Amino acid sequence: MAFVNLQNVTYKYPLTKEPVLQNINLQIQEGEFVSIIGQNGAGKSTLCYALAGFVPHFFKGEISGEIEVDGKLSSKSTLDTWVLNVGLAFQNPFNQISGAKYTVFEELAFGLENIGVPRDQMKVRVEEAMALTGISDLANRSPYSLSGGQQQRVALTSILVMRPRLLVLDEPTSQMDPIGTREVFGVVRKMAEEGMTVVMVEHKVEWIANFADRVIALKDGQILLEGKPNEVLTSDLLVENNFGISRYTSTAREAKKRGLWKKEKLPVTLDEAVEGFKRNA
Amino acid sequence: MRKLRITYYDKKTAMKIEINKLHFTYPTGLEALKGINLTIHAGEQVAIVGQNGAGKTTLVRHFNGLLKPTSGSVSIGEWETTKYSTAKLASRVGYVFQNPDEQLFSRDVLSEVSFGPKNLGYTKEKVDELVGRALALTELNDKTETNPYDLSPTWRKMVALASIIAMDTPIIIFDEPTTGQDAVNVGRIAHVIAELKREGKTVITITHDIDFCAENFERVIALSKGQVLLDGSTSEVLGQEEMLAQTYVDPPQLTRLGKRLGLKDTVTKQEEFLNGVVRD
Repeated sequence: MAFVNLQNVTYKYPLTKEPVLQNINLQIQEGEFVSIIGQNGAGKSTLCYALAGFVPHFFKGEISGEIEVDGKLSSKSTLDTWVLNVGLAFQNPFNQISGAKYTVFEELAFGLENIGVPRDQMKVRVEEAMALTGISDLANRSPYSLSGGQQQRVALTSILVMRPRLLVLDEPTSQMDPIGTREVFGVVRKMAEEGMTVVMVEHKVEWIANFADRVIALKDGQILLEGKPNEVLTSDLLVENNFGISRYTSTAREAKKRGLWKKEKLPVTLDEAVEGFKRNA
Repeated sequence: MRKLRITYYDKKTAMKIEINKLHFTYPTGLEALKGINLTIHAGEQVAIVGQNGAGKTTLVRHFNGLLKPTSGSVSIGEWETTKYSTAKLASRVGYVFQNPDEQLFSRDVLSEVSFGPKNLGYTKEKVDELVGRALALTELNDKTETNPYDLSPTWRKMVALASIIAMDTPIIIFDEPTTGQDAVNVGRIAHVIAELKREGKTVITITHDIDFCAENFERVIALSKGQVLLDGSTSEVLGQEEMLAQTYVDPPQLTRLGKRLGLKDTVTKQEEFLNGVVRD
């Protein structure tokens, strides 16, 4: 039995004319790291909201089909219990930060306070989570004094500290430098190895190819493609549908036309590209 | 009869940015800039790269006077920024925020985009012309009556771009323009930048998107810990993998690939790479 199970999910926001998600069928195993790609407006964030219970419990609108996580149906649950299992880091970290706390440390303890975790445990959990994402040195800073990339790390940490079974991340590295990006992918991979199930919306395809187990390409609210990262990320369908692809893939595709790339399989990562181009030499 | 056309435009050729021993310390005591010396000439296309917290945003916020130097100086053309208000400097330097929601406030796209040029005191005809051009360039013509907050984040970004472009400033700053944008919109933004270049504007862009930087800019400045680490042509700067690592910047994908394959020259673009593969 899949840990996450979406059956024929179709959803329309209260004020939109067309459904934003259409007939989504998706199964994700426990401990799997799935990445979602797609253009702006493809329904990626809405899918995140659906997994996190905000769709439909917070946004209302019309939904059909079933969303099941860890054997529980969203339709039979309320948001306050659902969020104990599923943590969502919003696309824009400004939306995540409560505004009620003066320091990063207090911000991170906020969720734990709300679910009544004892004070001594709270301290340990916050410190562990900060160490995990490398933000221990930001503990006493105001969340609002941080750079965009730092705020994103705080937002991610504020979710990890809750120890959700399903971690949903909506472009968690969009404002980060490569080190930050590497650390986030590293932490997320580690959480998946430890059994946390991860769904991550991302545009950085080279990173996805290096870290994720599976890729789902969304277009106009529907699943266009899904499969192993290299299969999906080198598909001609992505080019035809204006998805962002790795420069290694696009360059090898051009090189193939000119007889400079001989392998059948196109590269997504640096190592794959080096391997393929070397073979020609 | 000789027709003499005096417009704001002619002054733009002399719109040089000069930064001299710039230091800046935030009220919290955080020393964000530690002695920056730079000259950016009119019409240059410059990308500023560097790790989170390197001082990129702090630096560019000095160009339009949002921040004033703790010591040292910044001048735009002949104007030293300490002597001019941000409102005044806005006629020379347009600034597109990283997060469009910090910038947008009007009820519909048309009034949002018209606000800047109206405030600069252009005639109605000139405002209409500038707004029309900005809307066309950002492909917003069919969205003029929409409330910016009913648009997707992608289009809100384009509204933010349009509202600054419409001010027709000789210098335009983009703070992380491609963050969270899909491939189609990154293409639109690249097109806008190319068009501004063609018009002779100075474009300064902060970006973490190093592939975007490689493909669209001639000059790259890498900042690290409040200082200039590297400054030069795109291929000069982006080829220096070890130096860039100090400020957590990875060279562009094709540059790294070229290095790993042992190509002689530093390549940043697809054609350069493929030519290199054939040659070497």
